[in-house]
Amino acid sequence: MVRGLLLAKIGVFLLCLIPLVIMGSAVVTGAAGPNPVEYLSHETGQWGLRLLLLTLAVSPLRRLTGWAWLIRFRRMLGLFAFFYVCCHFLVFAVFDHSLGLPSILEDIVKRPYILVGTLAFLLLIPLAITSTNSMMRRLGRRWKALHRFSYLIAALAVLHFFMLVKVDTREPLIYAGVLAALLLLRLRPGQWLARRTASRREVQKEA
Amino acid sequence: MLIRRPRRSDVKPSEITSESIYRRRREFMKAAGTIAAGSLLAPQWLFSRTLDDLEQLRDLGELKPSPYSTDESPNSFSDITTYNNFYEYGFGKDDPARHAPGLLRVEPWSVEVTGECEKPGTYAFEDLVKPHRLEERIYRFRCVEAWSMVIPWVGIPMVNVLKRFQPTSRARYVEFVTLMDPEQMPAQRRPSLPWPYREGLRIDEAMHPLSIFAVGVYGKEMPAQNGAPIRLVVPWKYGFKSSKSLVKIRFTEEQPLNTWQQITPEEYGFYANVNPEVDHPRWSQARERRVGSFFRQSTQMFNGYREEVAHLYRGMDLRSREYW
Ligand code: HEM
Repeated sequence: MVRGLLLAKIGVFLLCLIPLVIMGSAVVTGAAGPNPVEYLSHETGQWGLRLLLLTLAVSPLRRLTGWAWLIRFRRMLGLFAFFYVCCHFLVFAVFDHSLGLPSILEDIVKRPYILVGTLAFLLLIPLAITSTNSMMRRLGRRWKALHRFSYLIAALAVLHFFMLVKVDTREPLIYAGVLAALLLLRLRPGQWLARRTASRREVQKEA
Repeated sequence: MLIRRPRRSDVKPSEITSESIYRRRREFMKAAGTIAAGSLLAPQWLFSRTLDDLEQLRDLGELKPSPYSTDESPNSFSDITTYNNFYEYGFGKDDPARHAPGLLRVEPWSVEVTGECEKPGTYAFEDLVKPHRLEERIYRFRCVEAWSMVIPWVGIPMVNVLKRFQPTSRARYVEFVTLMDPEQMPAQRRPSLPWPYREGLRIDEAMHPLSIFAVGVYGKEMPAQNGAPIRLVVPWKYGFKSSKSLVKIRFTEEQPLNTWQQITPEEYGFYANVNPEVDHPRWSQARERRVGSFFRQSTQMFNGYREEVAHLYRGMDLRSREYW
């Protein structure tokens, strides 16, 4: 069982690396097209967002399917989301700004869509740092509260995408739809009501 | 030694649509239009030509070099024909290359000339182009999205063509309309933009010697994805001003409303001169990425054509919204 899990984790790890390998080879072979920097910026952004949403989908999926083991892959997915967003930021910092800090900062404050993306990126950093087992233990309940920020981050990322398209909003709309579905599942209205009435009863009993 | 390569007019007679067939087809279509949807009829396919194969593009023969050409090295033919904004074929940069060649029927082609001029009418593409000597113009091309290329266009000065229509004194602007035909331009089935695509120039901008009607690149006829068979190229303005697949020229007294200004007036104006000091509301225009290079380079005022065109805008505050 433990061995099976390890193998599965290696498998998922390798799967998550596939986009990176594809991007790398597309740039080298020319399949990335005449503007490889734009290609990298778009692909890393898209994969960051996809993995972010996939991470958020883990617990609803676990509930729907009853597969408890799914949760074991959540951290890795989240960290890969962070990894692709870091690559995304690096493409921006290196190729758009040649790593010039003043011009990076200027772009961030002057362009609302960059600002929103940066907010999402900055919020991801504490989540990545606190993703270890020991941090989870140390933070206890607060860990959950902190990691709920992942919904806000995903919302900011979708907004970021919306703000940068010229006319074609179909793609960001799809992401927005997925995020909305995840949020609805998260709220679990039925269970929430049940829990609330249950706790009320307990309060009454104690009184 | 000068080796004379075949000119466009030397194409085998069997290959071109003769004027008479062209006219007969028009008659036929007119008649048929009243009976059935013209689009379903075969003659269209019998007499038309698409540009499916880039290898088969016709050579345009001897070209006059131009002092306006830049000596910067041009982007490759492959860059120029695979990275295009041509929303009539989709939003992706690779959509035009995938869809336009098989769909755009470049022959027969005609351009309707209307408005404030003495010689309005419908001109066959061949008649428009034939009287003029083709020139090679190697221009910088700067897209509003902050990428750029260097493109060896083949074309004719717009002024020489426009003069033939004898614009009147009331012609202060020229409007240019792109083909509208969802059968040939499938993305027009969606109302993503208010079709057809429209652009416009002030008459003195249109008559400026840098402005050309381009009919080719790299010495060959214009590939479909680049706006075949005839398009404008106005190199000191953002690329969206250089509209493609031209079917209508209208001389007007009032400033025409160009498509991008129509849909997002808060982002795009009529003039759209390349200006590194005036940012797009959402991104900087100070620098650009030359397609093919990884890093950005500075954008030049009027895309490097300041000396030639600055006088057109004397006294205008180019930072003001009015003149975007
Ligand atoms: C959680 C963080 C982020 C996510 C998930 C994200 C996601 C995305 C997505 C999905 C796109 C559109 C890709 C496409 O058009 O196919 C995009 C574009 C872009 N993002 Fe981000 N992004 C994030 C943060 C950032 C940050 C921090 C920056 C820079 C400081 C940034 C700069 C850009 C730029 C420059 C583009 C390309 C705009 C264009 O091509 O017009 N993003 N991003």
